[in-house]
Amino acid sequence: MTLLIVENLNKNFGGVVAARDVSFSLAAGEMLAMIGPNGAGKSTSFNMVGGQLRPDSGRVMLEGQDITGLPPRAISRLGVGRSFQVAQTFLSMSVLENLQMALIAYAQRTRDMLARADALFRDEALELLDQLGMADAAARPMNTLAYGDVKRVELAIALAGKPRLLLMDEPTAGMAPGERAALMRLVAGIARRAAIGVLFTEHDMDAVFAHADRILVLVRGEIIAAGTPEEVRANPEVQRVYLGTSGLRAALRARAAAHG
Amino acid sequence: MSVEFSFLLVQALSGLASASSLFIIASGLTLVFGVTRIVNFAHGSFYMLGAYVAVTIVPWLLQIERSPTLFFIGVLISACVVGVLGVLMEILLLRRIYKVPELFQLLATFGVVLMVQDAVLHIWGPMDIAGPRAPGLRHGVMILDQRFPAYELFLICAGPVVLGLLWLLMHKTRFGILLRAATRDRDMVGALGVNQALLFTGTLFLGAFLAGLGGALQIPRVSASAQMDLSIITEAFVVTVIGGMGSIGGAFLAALLIGQLQAFGVLIFPKITLVLVFLLMALVLVVKPWGLLGRPEAAPASAMPEGIASPRRFRVFEKLLVALALLAAAMLPLFGDAYAVKVATEVLIFAIAAFSLNFLVGNGGIVSFGHAAYFGLGAYASGLLVTKLGMPMEPALIAAPLAGGFFAALFGFFIVRLQGIYLAMLTLAFAQIAYAVCFQWVEVTGGDNGIVGVWPSTWAASRIAYHYLVLAVAVLGIFALRHVIYAPFGASLRAARDSAPRAEAIGIDVRGHRWLGFTIAGAAAGLAGGLYAFSKGSIDPTLLGIPLSVDFLAMILLGGMQSVMGPVLGAAAFHSIKDVFMPLTDHWRFLLGASIIALVLIFPRGLGGAYASLRARFAGGAQ
Repeated sequence: MTLLIVENLNKNFGGVVAARDVSFSLAAGEMLAMIGPNGAGKSTSFNMVGGQLRPDSGRVMLEGQDITGLPPRAISRLGVGRSFQVAQTFLSMSVLENLQMALIAYAQRTRDMLARADALFRDEALELLDQLGMADAAARPMNTLAYGDVKRVELAIALAGKPRLLLMDEPTAGMAPGERAALMRLVAGIARRAAIGVLFTEHDMDAVFAHADRILVLVRGEIIAAGTPEEVRANPEVQRVYLGTSGLRAALRARAAAHG
Repeated sequence: MSVEFSFLLVQALSGLASASSLFIIASGLTLVFGVTRIVNFAHGSFYMLGAYVAVTIVPWLLQIERSPTLFFIGVLISACVVGVLGVLMEILLLRRIYKVPELFQLLATFGVVLMVQDAVLHIWGPMDIAGPRAPGLRHGVMILDQRFPAYELFLICAGPVVLGLLWLLMHKTRFGILLRAATRDRDMVGALGVNQALLFTGTLFLGAFLAGLGGALQIPRVSASAQMDLSIITEAFVVTVIGGMGSIGGAFLAALLIGQLQAFGVLIFPKITLVLVFLLMALVLVVKPWGLLGRPEAAPASAMPEGIASPRRFRVFEKLLVALALLAAAMLPLFGDAYAVKVATEVLIFAIAAFSLNFLVGNGGIVSFGHAAYFGLGAYASGLLVTKLGMPMEPALIAAPLAGGFFAALFGFFIVRLQGIYLAMLTLAFAQIAYAVCFQWVEVTGGDNGIVGVWPSTWAASRIAYHYLVLAVAVLGIFALRHVIYAPFGASLRAARDSAPRAEAIGIDVRGHRWLGFTIAGAAAGLAGGLYAFSKGSIDPTLLGIPLSVDFLAMILLGGMQSVMGPVLGAAAFHSIKDVFMPLTDHWRFLLGASIIALVLIFPRGLGGAYASLRARFAGGAQ
């Protein structure tokens, strides 16, 4: 069964169309990238899948179950993990405690008033950190980490809920180029091994074309192209949108001049 | 029929007159908030000062000539004097606290309220001072068949005139345009190279001027008294919150609504107009969390939250300290006199209340400005059960946390829907509702006088026996609540405080957890209130008042709200200091206000923070 089916999502903010008839599907273990210029509606589409925004119309189905308009916590419990454009972690806690918190929430023990939180799920938390190469930083306070490491921890938090679907809004934003490639390789590896479907937005085209199985191109709230990286790269509409017509002509002229 | 109509018309007009007055005051508050993001408690003090300066200056001017011109010149001079005081406050205090967490800002400006109260008493004395009537506006105007004071008609016009002048200022002058820009995006205005210091000082002048104008215009209607500040500031808060903080148009709309609600509410529910006003506010905030015309606050960038971080377990040294403190509390009756025992009992009671408040503020990031409400409601539950139903102490003491928890759950249902400053304002509003009910429902609560004869059972009747009872309950209560802070539930509250979106995204019901946390804290405060009722033998509405809520906040501030056990230390230090100094000075409030400001400015991490840094230094030196 298809993991995620999104049908005709629409969302307007005032008069601005942020999403128009956005439809796509995602299989388990597949990496689906969503690209497009700033303000194309990537985060909006994303937040409608994750429950942070309620669509004006349309449907979101997770393994055949309608999850449209459910609150984020309910969607999370159905097996959807996510990272945010600006990383969201628990800054007053240590790295390990962040993971323990995520595991406590996954076990639905957040109302437990008897146990000691710091004694719960230590091993599982360390294991997750180890998976992301962050085990050495376990004891460090979250607010002392470099931003790239914060992003890794956020990914570990999202994985703690054993998600079937992972939503990653610009996972590599704010990271150094070397770090980006490493993180994307990591995500791709984990996703394939655990058959997790990954939907991600990204501005770094190298990351997108290197790791995405399929790509959606959003412009002004609409999907204008979809397909494998090769298909999308060859699509003239995409070239026009990304480079602009004059930019494309300039590029062609430059190319012609170079090739004489 | 015509009589009825003219009566309703006059009622509506007097509603408009009070709306006008309220708007003039609230516009200054909302303006200052819009630009500086500080909710200025001292705005009510400016209003009071406006009235006091006016009752001093205006009669003196009228001695020269009884002309309307001189009356209004006097009013304007008074407003300017208050405006200058606002400038002083900006330069001396606000400038230093623009960047600190909002709880600290609220407390610091409340410190100014306390200082001004004592200063006013010192300068003008405790008697109310009646002002002169306005020359030329002393007569009544016949409206249909009802007499209506001309001065009230003048006030009805004054509100829209001020609104119009403010509009002109905001749209036609450079200063006004900068004001509007700063209300939208303060940092951007700073980045554009605008002299922010001057802008903020100017804003404070304008805000304080409007408050002073509001106060000075009241002198023909009401006498200047030292209680004007807190009553007007709660009303002004309500107006700005309903209108949307920072929105002058919203304040005008809200003032109109409240003016009419009060004018007609008085006919239907004469005793609970205050309750009606606060209910309106609660309703508006549930439907429109940013007020009628307010704009949503941009979510603050992820910053290290002020409050409890990962709580550490006690080390041997700390366990020893706790054991010593417990031993001291237990041995006190053997060495101390009856008075020392009484003070120690009260310290223990306040320690429960302060600890429960920090459970909300420090651990949950839920800034409650009305925690005394649950303390007081617990006290009233116990007191009423004992005196009205003749129940013994034991069941009445069990009822206290139930009552505190019940009302915390009821109010909290609305409160946890909001965030930040709006949340703090709503806690204040609900506390004032509870206060108003206890104050006005004389048949049941005894009103202002309260209830006497709330005595413990015979076995606990002696000071010493009661001390041990309180000690046992306090130790159990505080350690239970402390355990919750270390438990997954406490950690979940911290998680929700650190990042609500992240907490939701891992499956935590943020609102539900906050609601439960609020209820637990309310129950603990209620328990403390019940114990307090039996230790005093009497209860009265001050147990629910803002001053006691501020005392609790001062305790956690003094103790250090980022430390788990700090509030206990804070309660002990605060109550002992109060007990030693209050009888020695006539200016206790001045001293308290100055101390709160000093704490915020130079000692924001409190005794708990001092202990932590001492420990760190000691540990560093030992290595």
